[in-house]
Amino acid sequence: MDQAGDRAREEPVLLTDSTGEVIVTRAGGRLATAWTSDIFYSFRRNPVAVVSTIALAVCLIAAFFAPWVAPHNPFDLKTLSLQDALTPPAWEQGGRSVFVLGTDDQGRDVLSAIMFGARISLLVGLASVALAMLLGVTLGLIAGYVGGKIDAIIMRIADVQLSFPAILIALLIDGVARAVLPRDAQTGVALAVLVLAIGLANWVQYARTVRGSTMVEKTKEYVQAARVIGITPLRIMRRHLLPNVMGPVLVLATLNIATAIITEATLSFLGVGVPPTQPSLGTLIRVGNDFLFSGEWWITIFPGIALVIMVLAINLVGDWLRDALNPKLR
Amino acid sequence: MTALKRAAALVALLLLAATADAALFRFADQGDAISMDPHSLNETLQLNITGNIYEPLVGRGKKLELIPLLATSWKQTAPTLWRFNLRKGVKFHDGSPFTADDVIFSYERAKSEGSDVKTYVGPIKEIRRVDDFTIDVATTEPFPILPDTINSWYIMSKAWCEKNNAATPVDVRKGKENVATMKANGTGPFMLKTREPGVKTVLVSNPNYWEKVESNVTEAVFTPIKNDATRVAALITAEIDMMEPVPLQDVEKLKSNGDLVILQGPELRTIFLGMDQSRDELLFSSVKGKNPFKDKRVRQAFYQAIDIEAIKTRIMRGASTPTNLMVAPGIRGFAAELNKRLPYDPAAAKKLMVEAGYPDGFEVGMNCPNDRYVNDSLICQAIAAMLAKIDVKVNLMAETKVTYFPKILSRNTSFYLLGWTPSSYDSHNALFALIMSPGANGQGQFNLGSYSNKRIDALGPQIASELDEAKRNAMIAEAFKLHADDVGHLPLHQQALAWAMRKNVSLVQLADNNNWLKWVVVK
Repeated sequence: MDQAGDRAREEPVLLTDSTGEVIVTRAGGRLATAWTSDIFYSFRRNPVAVVSTIALAVCLIAAFFAPWVAPHNPFDLKTLSLQDALTPPAWEQGGRSVFVLGTDDQGRDVLSAIMFGARISLLVGLASVALAMLLGVTLGLIAGYVGGKIDAIIMRIADVQLSFPAILIALLIDGVARAVLPRDAQTGVALAVLVLAIGLANWVQYARTVRGSTMVEKTKEYVQAARVIGITPLRIMRRHLLPNVMGPVLVLATLNIATAIITEATLSFLGVGVPPTQPSLGTLIRVGNDFLFSGEWWITIFPGIALVIMVLAINLVGDWLRDALNPKLR
Repeated sequence: MTALKRAAALVALLLLAATADAALFRFADQGDAISMDPHSLNETLQLNITGNIYEPLVGRGKKLELIPLLATSWKQTAPTLWRFNLRKGVKFHDGSPFTADDVIFSYERAKSEGSDVKTYVGPIKEIRRVDDFTIDVATTEPFPILPDTINSWYIMSKAWCEKNNAATPVDVRKGKENVATMKANGTGPFMLKTREPGVKTVLVSNPNYWEKVESNVTEAVFTPIKNDATRVAALITAEIDMMEPVPLQDVEKLKSNGDLVILQGPELRTIFLGMDQSRDELLFSSVKGKNPFKDKRVRQAFYQAIDIEAIKTRIMRGASTPTNLMVAPGIRGFAAELNKRLPYDPAAAKKLMVEAGYPDGFEVGMNCPNDRYVNDSLICQAIAAMLAKIDVKVNLMAETKVTYFPKILSRNTSFYLLGWTPSSYDSHNALFALIMSPGANGQGQFNLGSYSNKRIDALGPQIASELDEAKRNAMIAEAFKLHADDVGHLPLHQQALAWAMRKNVSLVQLADNNNWLKWVVVK
């Protein structure tokens, strides 16, 4: 990820197609030209990218449409029957075709639980990356454009935070929030706290990347011209610099979604993440972990596999995107 | 055998004895004792840990028979009067001598505000000092089972408590602490060395103990390990020597491990659900202006909606005995003929809910510990799902007992799960603490939903003072029948004990789930 940042500093003009036209400014006809564009050419030529995109699409569809496509609703207690508990996967002895991946200790269908859990994992992943991006890009733009003391302060805070692992900072923020909030209010805002904790732990990378690009861009003629004709710094940052520094940030964000999902799973596995009533993949893995010694492996293995597939797919798509958007590799 | 061989054998024996003499014993439970103050919480684990440090007047032996500890003998001198002769030459861990004053002080302390063990000293009216080592105990009513009921009331040092501003127990329900929460000074076979709440508690053997104990343990380290899989792994890898409870799903697996011994046995603990039946409006419910639990039909609907057999087979993996009584077989006064559960019948339950005026059900908050009883939070989750079928939406709050007990003991609950072992092994204790209306001297102290039946309240004192076994049992049965007919609580089951240890450890498993260090031998 630091690589992306470094490269951004060397190659500031990223989001352009082969004609040198800036994509962001191009209006209609995008779909029609998309298929023949360089990016999609490289996509079609790259089987890893195709397979991982398909895997990711399946994950996304399964997660976002879980209430409609899942075989059961694990949150609807009325449909649960304890008699169904601990049914092995369909192909094992004692398995039943209604519960393809088996059931957990409460009789919940593991497949449905994974779909609903992936939903929460993705939600937390996306929301926390959006928060980190918003914070990081804003601070990075300010630091890079204004410079001086403000730059020094923002970047020293970033340096200090970078010296701690993100998971530690997320744990700290989560712990503080738990101490401050009354216990009974906690389950309601647990998701928001988690998003905040992961988001605040990850803004630094964005700030560093954007600051680097901004420092290069602000010396370019178009920025100087804008300044000469009296456009306010705020407007210059928003309208002129932002579109030109977003390329590497988007790549970074894609890769970071995977990291955020893993962080969420780690926190939930440690028991400080989402409440058990809204199980994410990490919570499912933790609960299933208790049954690992006793041979009921499906309760924890399948959520684990789902997590690996999802994170791997996001990472591979992100990798491909990074390469595809890098003019040096064309 | 030649003299040489004999000498060699003797040397070998001595060597063995020398190594066996100093032993480290590391044991784990799913939760921690909340405090080191023996009067602050009436909970088996806490009383078990602190009971190695502090002692009662009368204790229990390996077959749960009464044994003399700080009292050497006792007898009833009049219907309401008992004389106890105290043990001479006993010293507290700080070296100060034990006398009758300490007993009287501990009595006052145990019945003071903030004490959670009031129920044990409740029948006592006063304790009079005859001389340094003799006391007279007067009860308000004739109380023939007094010696049976005081084994969880531990004696503390008057001088030490007063010096340390710990003359009264602080209320664990309000999260308060004093010196006795973290330090201890008892007369028991073990002394508290270090205490780190939630991390570990280290006990060392008391070299000046008044009796030679079987145990060769010189240092005992207690660690709470909440996660089941971690606790099992710690035992398998010999990081600990003994742990309980064994997660039920792992019992079979651990039995096949040659390095381990699994001890299983019936436990005297009854697990049940309680409901707030006194407030006019429940604290945690969607029903406003009235309390649905005051209606017997609602309580019965809840009872009949619970599929106890499914809980037994799926969650307890067979290691439970469903019950309709609040006491287990083996408790004096257990009435087998009353131990028939109402049938599991969701349709009948739904009908009762409709009759009671809740055709669409209602919402209710449920409190549940997740590290106290065997699979406690799993049971609560399953019950929440079962109640959903009669349209009751349960908002489950499952939490560690460190926060759970303070909450429910201050009656800050509408619907809760609790387990109870009568420490006197007598039904009167269950009636007095769980079923009779909350009142003076610890009566109904653990009747957290304030269930109330005047006839049972009248029977209680009669049961306590009745000497004739048959008459007494008949009254106990009547009280249990009234309670069952009222559906005063929702009894679930008696759980089974499952302990696991390394095979070089020998200890005594008691049906009250106490593991006394004085009987632990590590080879």
